[in-house]
Amino acid sequence: MASTESSRAAIETQKLNLWYGTFQALFDVDLEIKPGIITSMIGPSGCGKSTFLRSVNRINERLGYVRTTGSIRVHGRDVYAPEVEIIQVRKQVGMVFQRPNPLPLSVRDNILFGARLHGEPAPKLSSSQADEIVETALQKVLLWDKVKDRLNQPAIGLSLEEQQKLCIARLLPVKPQVLLMDEPCSALDPAGTEAVEEMIWELRGDYTILIVTHNMAQARRASEECIFMLLGKVIEHSPTDELFVTPGDTRTADYIEGRYG
Amino acid sequence: MAHNAGALDRRDTAWYVDKAVEWLVFIGGISAIIFIVGIFVFIGKEGFGFILGRFDFAEFFFSPRWTPTSLTNATYGALALIVGTASVTGFAMLVSVPFSLGAAIYIAEFATGKRRETLKVLIEMLAAIPSVVWGFIGLSLMNPLIISVFNVPLGLNVLNAGIILGLMAAPIMTTIAEDALKAVPDGYREAAEALGATRWQVIRQVVLPAAKNGLVAAVLLGVGRGFGETMAVLMATGHSINIPSSIFDPVRALTATIATELGETAEGSEHYQALFALGILLFAVTFVINLTADLFVRGIKDK
Repeated sequence: MASTESSRAAIETQKLNLWYGTFQALFDVDLEIKPGIITSMIGPSGCGKSTFLRSVNRINERLGYVRTTGSIRVHGRDVYAPEVEIIQVRKQVGMVFQRPNPLPLSVRDNILFGARLHGEPAPKLSSSQADEIVETALQKVLLWDKVKDRLNQPAIGLSLEEQQKLCIARLLPVKPQVLLMDEPCSALDPAGTEAVEEMIWELRGDYTILIVTHNMAQARRASEECIFMLLGKVIEHSPTDELFVTPGDTRTADYIEGRYG
Repeated sequence: MAHNAGALDRRDTAWYVDKAVEWLVFIGGISAIIFIVGIFVFIGKEGFGFILGRFDFAEFFFSPRWTPTSLTNATYGALALIVGTASVTGFAMLVSVPFSLGAAIYIAEFATGKRRETLKVLIEMLAAIPSVVWGFIGLSLMNPLIISVFNVPLGLNVLNAGIILGLMAAPIMTTIAEDALKAVPDGYREAAEALGATRWQVIRQVVLPAAKNGLVAAVLLGVGRGFGETMAVLMATGHSINIPSSIFDPVRALTATIATELGETAEGSEHYQALFALGILLFAVTFVINLTADLFVRGIKDK
């Protein structure tokens, strides 16, 4: 594999196969996801898009019965190499889940959670440093003005939209390069979806964002490249406009026209 | 076609069964209240005679002299008995809390599959061991062991009873603590792990704080178990009235005092009533402990 290629791709997989027990969920997935843009993954339920996402930060391994072959390189480094420390992978690859899952802590402590885990030279943050981290992260997700007076209240008390923004904000102090988002708007109402989508769009450029969605309209308006998966295989990967206007594969065309899925 | 008009008010067997079951279940449910009130009235009736008459607050709570059988000068100082029960229970918690919480964390957060199920069954089996068997272990196994290991004249003491009681309280504490840990939504763990937390960081910083109320309830129920335990404590404490100055001193527990003396008193006598006063004290303490534990458990659900 050419080294120039690997330095260009944010996430690059080769012959990625994945099994849950005896069930094979991914088949020879070869993908190259460009840095700094938003790439969406679409496909019917069970097509492996979430599985793919969850194998990039190796959170899949929590299940215990997952087996993976092939490689996933994040900025050129194989995250499945035997010497890799899973903690370091997760530091570089942040994840947002389907349901907002703030930790049972205050808004402020949610933001500082990751920063405290990885605060390397001085694990104890001074309170002014902490304040700055909290404000920067919340500003970035357009939440600061709404919650600045509620920083010490439990994060569970926020609205779902605010919770999901908080879940994105808490990744930022850890300084990940890649953000994985697993249907981040599926628990939100239309207004919340719009607000979170806009916010994600603002993060473009600073982070490589890979977003799984079952909502084709969302993929179309909120991503630059789009991947269509079916039954564990990548069918098509092209610029979003192209994929939706002139799909290269009849299965993609059938799916986006709503013939199945 | 087969449905006759006018059958709308028909009551078939199922209707009567339904009503009967409703009543049976209602009686079952209400009986818990009746029994509690009944026990309270019974103990109160027998004990209040003493509390209203011979009872001397200062003597009962501050004198270590429990000499109810003295013909000339019977005294009813329960201090040594209270301290006896408290010291044994306290030591038992020192033994039990780290073990139980450790076991609960292991079962809930680390063990998987068969190992997890086996451990759970074993711990439940531990809870099924009769207390007299525990007392027997204290008497015939721990006693000589403590004498030889610590080179003390007597092995029936706070240490012995504390260890035995700690082991007895461990299963219930482990089971309840494990339930509390399991009740913590998995999304919290996943979120923290995805942020790069290690297993221990997840447990320490997320799971334990989230399960705090349930864990406190587990410990309190363990304390309640310790307070009320009779047979094992009777056999392992040495059963001698004494305010202990070290864990190697024998003590006597409230429960054991009632158990051993009640059969030898004349019904309605001062001594008999004094034992019921001890019963009221025990009842009150365990009631408060269980109520507090219950409030803590409810605290989880309200969140």
